[in-house]
Amino acid sequence: MDAELILIQLFSGVALGAILVITALGLSIIFGMLGVVNFAHGALFMVGAYGGLWVASLTGSFWWGLLVAPIMIGLFGMIIEWLLVRPLYGRSVDDPLLLTFGLSYVLVEAVRIVFGNDGIPFPTPSQLTGVANLGIGYFPIYRLFVIVVVAVVLLLLWLALEKTKFGLIVRAGARDPTIMRVLGVNISKVWLLVFGVGVGLAALGGVLAGPMRTVNPEMGSLVLIEAFVVTVIGGLGSLLGSVVAGLLVGIAISMTALFAPELGTIVMFALMALILLVRPRGLFGKTA
Amino acid sequence: MTTKSVPLATPVVPAKRPSSNLIATITSWRVLLSIAILCLLPWVLPSKALAVNVLIYGVLAMGYNLLFGYTGLLSFGHAAFFGAGAYITGIAIGQFGVPWYGAVLLGVVGGGVLAFVIGGLSIRTRGIYFSMVTLALAQLVYHVGLQASSWTGGENGLRGFTVAKIDLFGVSINFLDPVNKYYILMVFAALALWFVSRVLNSPFGAAIEAIRENETRARACGYDVERTKLLSFVLSGLICALAGTMSALHLAFVPLDVLHYQTSGMIVMMTLLGGASSFFGPFVGAFAFLLMEDVFSLWTSHWQIIVGSIFILFVLFLPKGIWGTFLAKVIR
Repeated sequence: MDAELILIQLFSGVALGAILVITALGLSIIFGMLGVVNFAHGALFMVGAYGGLWVASLTGSFWWGLLVAPIMIGLFGMIIEWLLVRPLYGRSVDDPLLLTFGLSYVLVEAVRIVFGNDGIPFPTPSQLTGVANLGIGYFPIYRLFVIVVVAVVLLLLWLALEKTKFGLIVRAGARDPTIMRVLGVNISKVWLLVFGVGVGLAALGGVLAGPMRTVNPEMGSLVLIEAFVVTVIGGLGSLLGSVVAGLLVGIAISMTALFAPELGTIVMFALMALILLVRPRGLFGKTA
Repeated sequence: MTTKSVPLATPVVPAKRPSSNLIATITSWRVLLSIAILCLLPWVLPSKALAVNVLIYGVLAMGYNLLFGYTGLLSFGHAAFFGAGAYITGIAIGQFGVPWYGAVLLGVVGGGVLAFVIGGLSIRTRGIYFSMVTLALAQLVYHVGLQASSWTGGENGLRGFTVAKIDLFGVSINFLDPVNKYYILMVFAALALWFVSRVLNSPFGAAIEAIRENETRARACGYDVERTKLLSFVLSGLICALAGTMSALHLAFVPLDVLHYQTSGMIVMMTLLGGASSFFGPFVGAFAFLLMEDVFSLWTSHWQIIVGSIFILFVLFLPKGIWGTFLAKVIR
């Protein structure tokens, strides 16, 4: 097997991993701040892909879809938090998980009603088709674009969390919401926004993934499980963990596709089982 | 906290409520009572198929509830044990010519072994991680079922193991007759009911409830929490696998979907709808879910949107489920 093929597959793995990173990050942020496992995350990823497709077909431009759909679905996420998740704070940690599971059922069926059961192709925007020569081989431009977008979003997120006053409030709120309340911070508003951003990230992942596969109502369930595996490997609530584990899983999946295609997604679970045996709280999870 | 001293000579006897007496009587006769209700079921419900499904999914939800309701562990991977029971039974009959009772036994034991492996791994994690890990490991089993198509039939499912008659102690019963089929499967359900009731009444049953209420305190009391959790996981897996073998015998077909996480989700929904941590709850939940599926699917192919919404409302407003809420009302 020649080196160039391996390199291209590795690159493809990084692009796949980038989408996993952005999706798992949304899951991890919501859990880290609110202590809620969002089971509807995969469904919202799928809604994001459909939303992007819909906006793109209305405006005739992929760029509007990429920009508007995640914001719209992020706002929808805020409604979910306000209407459904908020009444469950203070109850068992399982309750929000169960509720969002029911929500994923509803979202998948709602999309089926509106867009039908069959997959819809998501055309790659004309500016991003074709391949680019990077000196070491030819790489699909769209995948390069995905990696760049994810890198920029990660950077913005990092700056927002580490360098702004709002980021400080969010991080402090994750540590001790009661003290934040005592200090006069309206933590409910912070949680509302965090949930919205987390859901928006899932939707962004969906729009970005759209041109790399067909868009169908079932596409969220695999993504949800992949995002779970990534957060378990990386450590739930750890942002760095999501990034490292997302890339790791993306590369592992695409390398297995090259060397042992019949193993398919199984390798990802094997990786998770291995990490669990050695570090039950994940690579970057805090030890109890 | 008030420190009121009570003279030792006069023991404090709580006033007995008449209704709690009734509940106590029902509880002590709960296995026979459930069997009596199950006996009547095929004659009350609109179809025999629905009655058989209530049996199968009732056993499934009850097995699951041992872990979720009584031990307090939210597993999202119980489809793996249900599916393993079904597949092993089907493969044993269809490809190895094992008699039906041997195949049922193999299916149950196989599901138990799988539960031991998955439980052993996932119990190392705590709280919310547990749900995610069980889901992921069950999804691994799904992919194995999909890939090992020479054994499982892959996406087409497993066929070709019809059990036409059940031979036992020299008596041959026609298993294709829906009434016979119901009552034979009911014997399995009765065994499962008796077994779960026995487990819950044992000291082990008290131990798992102690872990659910306060894990740290249970550990401080000297319970081996990990071993108890694992045992509960395996017992729960055994019963779910039994439900799987019942389903395989009933349908003479194992669809790949039994392993899918939607099945795990359905088990969770049934249990919560009926009421976790109550003996009758899971059966009530399975019954309610199947009835909703029957009724709503007549109106629309998108019945899941209605069931999902109802489930959301239950999580928000009736977390104790149908039976749990009813019990709370009666006891008060």
